[in-house]
Amino acid sequence: MIKVKINGQEQSWDGDPDLPLLWFLRDEAGLTGTKFGCGQALCGACTVIVDKEAVRSCITSINDVAGREITTIEGLHPDGDHPVQKAWRQVNVPQCGFCQAGQIMQAAALLMDNPKPSHDQIREAMSGNICRCGCYQRIENAVHLASTGV
Amino acid sequence: MNFIDNPRKLRGFEKNLKVEKVSRRSILKGLGVTGGFVLAAPVMSRQAFAYETGAGKMPHGVVVDPRVFVAVASDGTVTILAHRAEMGTGVRTSLPLIVAEEMEADWSKVKVEQAHGDEVKFGNQDTDGSRSTRHYLIPMRQIGASARTMLEQAAAKRWGVPATEVKAVNHEVVHSASGRKLGFGELAADAAKESVPSIEGLKLKDPKDFRYLGKGQVSIVDLHDITTGKARYGADVRLPGMKYAVIARPPVTGGKLTSFDPDAALKVPGVEKVMQVRGWPWPSKFQPLGGVAVIARNTGAAIKGRDALKLVWDDGANGKYDSVAFRKELEEASRKPGLVVRQEGDADAALKTAAKVVIGEYYLPHLAHVSMEPPVAVADVKGDKAEIWAPVQSPGGTREDVAKTLGIPEGNVTVNVTLLGGGFGRKSKCDFALEAALLSKELGVPVKVQWTREDDLHHDFLHTVSAERIEAGLDKDGKVIAWRHRSVAPTIASTFAAGAKHAASFELGMGLVDMPFEIANISCENPEAAAFTRIGWFRSVSNIPRAFAVQSMVGEIANATGRDQKETLLALIGSPRIVKPAVKDLWNYGEPYDSYPIDTARLRKVVELVAEKGEWGRQVPKGHGLGIAVHRSFVSYIATIVEVAVDDKGKLTVPRVDTAIDCGTYVNPERIASQIEGAAIMGLSLAKYGAVTFKDGKVEQKNFDDFQVVRIDEAPLVTNVYIVPPASDTPPSGVGEPGVPPFAPALMNAIFAATGKRIRALPIGKQLEA
Repeated sequence: MIKVKINGQEQSWDGDPDLPLLWFLRDEAGLTGTKFGCGQALCGACTVIVDKEAVRSCITSINDVAGREITTIEGLHPDGDHPVQKAWRQVNVPQCGFCQAGQIMQAAALLMDNPKPSHDQIREAMSGNICRCGCYQRIENAVHLASTGV
Repeated sequence: MNFIDNPRKLRGFEKNLKVEKVSRRSILKGLGVTGGFVLAAPVMSRQAFAYETGAGKMPHGVVVDPRVFVAVASDGTVTILAHRAEMGTGVRTSLPLIVAEEMEADWSKVKVEQAHGDEVKFGNQDTDGSRSTRHYLIPMRQIGASARTMLEQAAAKRWGVPATEVKAVNHEVVHSASGRKLGFGELAADAAKESVPSIEGLKLKDPKDFRYLGKGQVSIVDLHDITTGKARYGADVRLPGMKYAVIARPPVTGGKLTSFDPDAALKVPGVEKVMQVRGWPWPSKFQPLGGVAVIARNTGAAIKGRDALKLVWDDGANGKYDSVAFRKELEEASRKPGLVVRQEGDADAALKTAAKVVIGEYYLPHLAHVSMEPPVAVADVKGDKAEIWAPVQSPGGTREDVAKTLGIPEGNVTVNVTLLGGGFGRKSKCDFALEAALLSKELGVPVKVQWTREDDLHHDFLHTVSAERIEAGLDKDGKVIAWRHRSVAPTIASTFAAGAKHAASFELGMGLVDMPFEIANISCENPEAAAFTRIGWFRSVSNIPRAFAVQSMVGEIANATGRDQKETLLALIGSPRIVKPAVKDLWNYGEPYDSYPIDTARLRKVVELVAEKGEWGRQVPKGHGLGIAVHRSFVSYIATIVEVAVDDKGKLTVPRVDTAIDCGTYVNPERIASQIEGAAIMGLSLAKYGAVTFKDGKVEQKNFDDFQVVRIDEAPLVTNVYIVPPASDTPPSGVGEPGVPPFAPALMNAIFAATGKRIRALPIGKQLEA
């Protein structure tokens, strides 16, 4: 039996220990905010925060995070008012929105590590997250806004 | 541990209408029956507006009926139905916003609900062709005005005053003479009993009184849900007892399964069943390709099970498709005469006598859509009834195809449209929903079919591959006197009809025969090209290769004559006029030519605007260059200036992009800007990396590592968007697609300015490193 804490709640799993965390979250725990985009850690749509680090849940097995604390987009802030979320809304970042949960989790992890990133640091830290709609200019601006006070 | 939300929330709002006790009659347009309150298409009224659109000619036309689209609850909540699919353009906000504007509803009291697929009830629902605002600005205004009129009539009756004395203002109806007011909620029940006014008698708001339209201050309705993970896409639908499926499809389009061994797959924990899926013969239209499905308790188990399958395929007729060889074929075809599709003057003769002939041969490979959300669908088929939840651009078409595929009446099929995690044309084809329907029917339980990214790349309806050859004949003064453009590319028609080898008229009309330059001798030709994979619509379609060729050629002519790119471009466009190409049945994006002619004054205007705002001719640092391109598509006019920087290792960056768009009357400039910003990214992606290639009939790319798209660290640092203010009554035109075509040629012209290298084949890849 594998035990993990997701958004503050204990969850357990006694199936395949190799099951990617992504599919545990989406299909078993019903937390569909975390998205499937590539399955190979190439696009970042599945990004969650494990302890304080951004992690691609599509290549991370449930076994790898046993006993760890996982935060998904649903648990980032109780009212959805994390500075990154607020900045995202202020800048009207999303188009289709599908990659945005991963982008927001990546940005939140960046700001935990580096509260005042430069534009170059933002672009570097966010470069693992693809947005096919092409919201990059706004993503960069929103992360900058979140870091300077929304 | 499972959580099941209520999928029925995604339905239309029958519920709300019942609350208001509105008797509901189905809209029977198309069956030749109309009810008392039904105002069916075509509804374009010349009295109210100076233009007509092609909306009425779309399948099932337009329905203008406030009782179909609007419901007011007694607490004042106004619910407006969005009948088009949201894939990132903002249409789920923009169309209801038009209704709210005209109705005088307070947007903060408006709820938007998504309509299910029912074109008889809602009118055409194909969200494609950059058509939604273009076709629905007027109908949505009329729907809003009808609802407002009904509320005003109800208030006038209540007060016993003439309707002319009352006026709806911001969610209330006011009788200014007596100072009385009634909220929309208080009037809802009475208003619903009022007869729907005739369209001709409707009084529309004066645009100067608009609170929302054209202002750009309303955020998309899904913004909060998207940022909190609550927004629901196709893959997020969960039903009780639902099984998860992935499918192994024939690696070559048109191939068939020879044999399979499920044993190893069945041993994977969580896998419950392995079964064959029916495939349709090539060309399979939107029908499934067939293969073997692995059914499991979650998607991860299904994928692992599929990896363990042992499969033997018969590759069939397309097993020899090879991109390297096919490119040669296309290029050779472009050097020989082909079917003449536009002829003015005598291009052959003029090219022979020209003082100079500039020849450009351009090549653009297949592209994949790779929307961030791969295809996915949920189906629940019980007996002769089917319910689908899917991110489809065409819910009406999906409904028809599900009914046909399952052999049940269309009325027994409900298609719920979720948010689309990107579409770009891929999700106009509902093969993934049909797969889910077939599996659910066989299993008797709800099934979700999830495509992986590899599936998406291997079984896309790809953007075509094309060779474009242009010969421009110049006289001794450098004036272009002859133009011959040969365009060779597999046609989308081949997806529907075996052996189709010439472009369909809608493909010819995308940048080939509608070429707007003022040249005396023009020949456009379309030599044959066969198709060996599924070809489909990709954002802006044939405009990508045509604009690439035509606008690159402008740069080549500028170079050959030693003139400025922008001046060369304006000289080619020529005098401000309405272009009348000598083309029988010219395809004009489905629009009447009177309303949407090729107007070179507007084309010149966007060039001049972008040149002014984008500071054309400005000094740029060494290694930088400026390029310009303009293109009319989806009846909009767009010009782009790209500044590129190429370092001594050939690494390319884009410091700045400026784009001017004339899309006529518009609804939400903020979303127009976001579409144009995104189009620059998509244009840069296809220019730098975009190529799907085939060997032995199979797609060679697998995922985002070998089919790359632009990431944030290579995105333009600045993208500026300038929108041409519309003259009154300028018809609205497309926004979603037209931003893409001019980007790549503007970039090529910029690269030439920066380096002296002319890139004629995409993607750029390593060409700058040599």
